[in-house]
Amino acid sequence: MKRIIAPALLGIALSVPAVAGAAAQTAAKPVDPALVDKFLASTFGKAPAEWQARIQPDETLQACNKFRNDVPSAEAEKITAREMARVVYPADGKLLGDWKQGRKIANDGRGNQFSDPPTIASGGNCYACHQMEASELSYGTLGPSLTNYGKDRKFDPEEIKRTWARVYDSQSQVACSNMPRFGANKVLTEAQIRDIIAFLFDPESSINK
Amino acid sequence: MNRPGIGLAACMTVLAALWTTAGRAQDAAEKEIEKYRAMISDPMSNPGYLAVDRGEALWREKRGAKGVSLEGCDLGLGAGKLDGAFAKLPRYFKDADRVMDLEQRLLWCMQNLQELDTKDVVARRFSGPGRQSDMEDLVAFIANKSNGMKIDIPLSHPKEQEAAAVGEEMFYRRGGVNDFSCATCHAEDGKRIRLQGLPNFAKPGQAPRETMASWPTYRVSQGALRTMQHRLWDCYRQQRWPIPEYGSDGITALTVFLQKQAAGGEINVPSIKR
Ligand code: HEC
Ligand code: HEC
Repeated sequence: MKRIIAPALLGIALSVPAVAGAAAQTAAKPVDPALVDKFLASTFGKAPAEWQARIQPDETLQACNKFRNDVPSAEAEKITAREMARVVYPADGKLLGDWKQGRKIANDGRGNQFSDPPTIASGGNCYACHQMEASELSYGTLGPSLTNYGKDRKFDPEEIKRTWARVYDSQSQVACSNMPRFGANKVLTEAQIRDIIAFLFDPESSINK
Repeated sequence: MNRPGIGLAACMTVLAALWTTAGRAQDAAEKEIEKYRAMISDPMSNPGYLAVDRGEALWREKRGAKGVSLEGCDLGLGAGKLDGAFAKLPRYFKDADRVMDLEQRLLWCMQNLQELDTKDVVARRFSGPGRQSDMEDLVAFIANKSNGMKIDIPLSHPKEQEAAAVGEEMFYRRGGVNDFSCATCHAEDGKRIRLQGLPNFAKPGQAPRETMASWPTYRVSQGALRTMQHRLWDCYRQQRWPIPEYGSDGITALTVFLQKQAAGGEINVPSIKR
């Protein structure tokens, strides 16, 4: 993602005072957060309390919002440490479930939209952002290709563990990642994540063929 | 006004069927749509023009406790002045002391000029099976009167500047169970979700211009004319956010931001889309 690198801008501003004025002019004027909240309330203020709570940014999202995801490295370290602490591994240590079930979940984009029945089990919708099986042509490009994911990583147990953390809470790996925090935000259950990890890492899985 | 050609309905049914088939067929469908789009981009056969006709009738109809038409409504260029008004919306209105998009302004005129109870109008804000929408029709009619003109919203009033700045903040505000913001899907060039292309609105240029200059649009997959209010409602749905309030200041702020990015885009509406 191409973003302006804040420290670089700052360096120029400090060393060449004449440029600082120009830079300040082009930078977005800071907006009073209370004002933004007022507008948000006009648009979402009548939603049920449970829905209101969902759009309250936690500490991590507050930082991502403030820096438009381009967080300084000290902040990034705080985020990955905080989110890593939220990752829960299965008590029995079993990280691989049923890859066929995982494929279904990866294809399923339902759940958590205001048009969805609230009781519906949420899908992972991985295909919205990732290429996965080579045979599936309808895939999005917001994330990298995951074709042959397990095979390319030699089905290494360490990689499997790291990927569990990635799917459970993407920001444990990349601060302000655009990928949802599926486990931490309770979008997917432990059993569903197990199946998805199997889809990525089972040698028999169609992703590795 | 221009009427769509006979046989179009049949053609659309075939295309609608194409769209409902599984993902892979979408590629083939896209190509068909291209041909189809070229065929009906002429006003003679775009069903969106039916909405334009209905909108014109509604604009002239005497309604409300006052029994007057909307022809006295000031959309920013003076009472009843329609040509080019849409190209300069949203904008600040002194009488309401608010920045308003076209739909908010129409509701304001209905309430204040016609003294019309808008509850029913708002309930029908988006059309559905057996339910026509006054707002969709009025927007189609009024926006059409800006064809050939360039998007050029005023940003001199402090409240207009405020709306643009807040809209930009909202564009980047992440939340919901998936941590999505508009920017998750619309801040890079050439990205897509499944097979659907995602215009990049993070910087001014061709993508925002072409997009904003093509709304309102006739959505073939929905068989309805849709306004920007509906588009943003649908995007917040995909964002896993709560239902946004129709005609609220937040949606207008976002629209101001998008229009700012789209400045210079040449309006040609109602367009026709997937
Ligand atoms: C909204 C977009 C989005 C969705 C939905 C999404 N991802 Fe991602 N994913 C990303 C992005 C972007 C990255 C890369 C870098 C980052 O985190 O910023 C990524 C990275 C990854 C990686 C690491 C890739 C590597 O290079 O090692 C894995 C594994 C992964 N995603 C799996 C999944 C799975 C499994 C799902 C569904 C349960 C999923 N993703 C859903 C956007 C998404
Ligand atoms: C999870 C993904 C996602 C999010 C989040 C999202 N959008 Fe979209 N948006 C889409 C998709 C997909 C389309 C194209 C739909 C189609 O072609 O049918 C689209 C289309 C649009 C369009 C019309 C594009 C055109 O070519 O006519 C606009 C305008 C838009 N989005 C604005 C926004 C704004 C503003 C937000 C934030 C409130 C937002 N979107 C959030 C996925 C998203």
